[in-house]
Amino acid sequence: MADTKEMKKVLFGPVLDNNPIALQVLGICSALAITTKLETALVMSLALTSVVAFSNLFISLIRNHIPSSVRIIIQMTIIASLVIVVDQILQAYSYQIAKELSVFVGLIITNCIVMGRAEAYAMKSPPLMSFLDGIGNGLGYSFILIVIGTIKELAGFGTILGFEILPLIQNGGWYQGNGLLILPFSSFFLIGGMIWFIRTIRPAQVEPKE
Amino acid sequence: MSAKKETLGKTVGIVLAVCLVCSIVVSGAAVGLRSLQQTNAALDKQTNILEAAGLLEQANGKIMETYDALVEERFVDLNTGQFVDAPYEGYDMYKAAKMPEYSSRVENSNVGFQTRPDVASVYLVKDPSGAVSRIVLPVHGSGLWDLMYGFLAVDADGNTTRELVYYKHKETPGLGGEVQNPSWKAKWDGKKLYKDGDVAIQVKKNAAADNPYSVDALSGATLTSNGVQNTLSYWVGENGYGTFLKRQSWKS
Repeated sequence: MADTKEMKKVLFGPVLDNNPIALQVLGICSALAITTKLETALVMSLALTSVVAFSNLFISLIRNHIPSSVRIIIQMTIIASLVIVVDQILQAYSYQIAKELSVFVGLIITNCIVMGRAEAYAMKSPPLMSFLDGIGNGLGYSFILIVIGTIKELAGFGTILGFEILPLIQNGGWYQGNGLLILPFSSFFLIGGMIWFIRTIRPAQVEPKE
Repeated sequence: MSAKKETLGKTVGIVLAVCLVCSIVVSGAAVGLRSLQQTNAALDKQTNILEAAGLLEQANGKIMETYDALVEERFVDLNTGQFVDAPYEGYDMYKAAKMPEYSSRVENSNVGFQTRPDVASVYLVKDPSGAVSRIVLPVHGSGLWDLMYGFLAVDADGNTTRELVYYKHKETPGLGGEVQNPSWKAKWDGKKLYKDGDVAIQVKKNAAADNPYSVDALSGATLTSNGVQNTLSYWVGENGYGTFLKRQSWKS
């Protein structure tokens, strides 16, 4: 059994030191599209974290029985089933958000983070550690999404979670919403900025010059 | 990976077992949550109808109660413009449009779909005294990317528009997606659909706000605006609700 120090490293390492978006640059497609509002970003983070955690757990549980010739297909089957379950739950309990997230929940299936962790970690590690690794990577993903979601919603709509922080001109205030930051591709700049920031405080992540 | 030697039998067995477990989990979730999802979908539809009816603020969260008290769903034969009974229990006009026995072909229109139902749903909005104050008409037509579904609310005179609420579309956020922007939706309030009996409403660029027959097009979304125009031209025209709106069947 791994000790607590190891567990902590697996759980919190991916937030800054080994962030799936900022360092591994995985799963940025959904990070671009659904961060326009903080609320959708939060729900998406939750959905992705639970999918990674449980797919890691289940794959790790049966890792010694998965024939290596069909392992990718088996991983995909498990991930896809979990994603459908999450989608169904969202539609049942949070219909409005499910509508806004629309296709992106289904696209968790193709999110590289899920598949990447299953292949790279869960296939070789015991269930508990795999589960923690899933949660850790989910946290890393959530961290980026929440920061970007906050910036985009505040600058674009003047609100945070729907509460008015900067009153918009349209509503009689003084703030002109930044239209650029509402569009999906503006996340490229923000993610780029965050990678820069993280690499400045963690210089070990900078790749050597070729 | 697998420590043991792989055999064909074992591989097939594992694959089948994984598939079986996964399919049970997925179908379990789908069946177990279906009733909640259907309630949500119904509530969402009622919310949109109430918004078109201008009752959303008044409803103040009590969607179902307000809907049951003030909105009545009726069915209209689009050819005659008269109220009819629902063709069958649980009638859905969008499903009926795909069934040959309940639909007709759309000709000479670029509205974006091939068949329309013969019988359409309309929602009569009543004021507390029981008189019809607004009629909410379901409309749909193609936008830039896909069909856009919405509700058009007109006054009891069958001519003055009050709201155009799109609830399902795939237009680009920030451009065509602005059909849902409150300030654009507000431009529909008080416009006239018909001039001397002909369809006159237009979505066009630089429309003057005081022109009762035109609504300013969305900037940067010409194709979406054209889609809205085609949708309205079709649905308030004689192939759509035109006959119904002229007969004013709700007044008798």
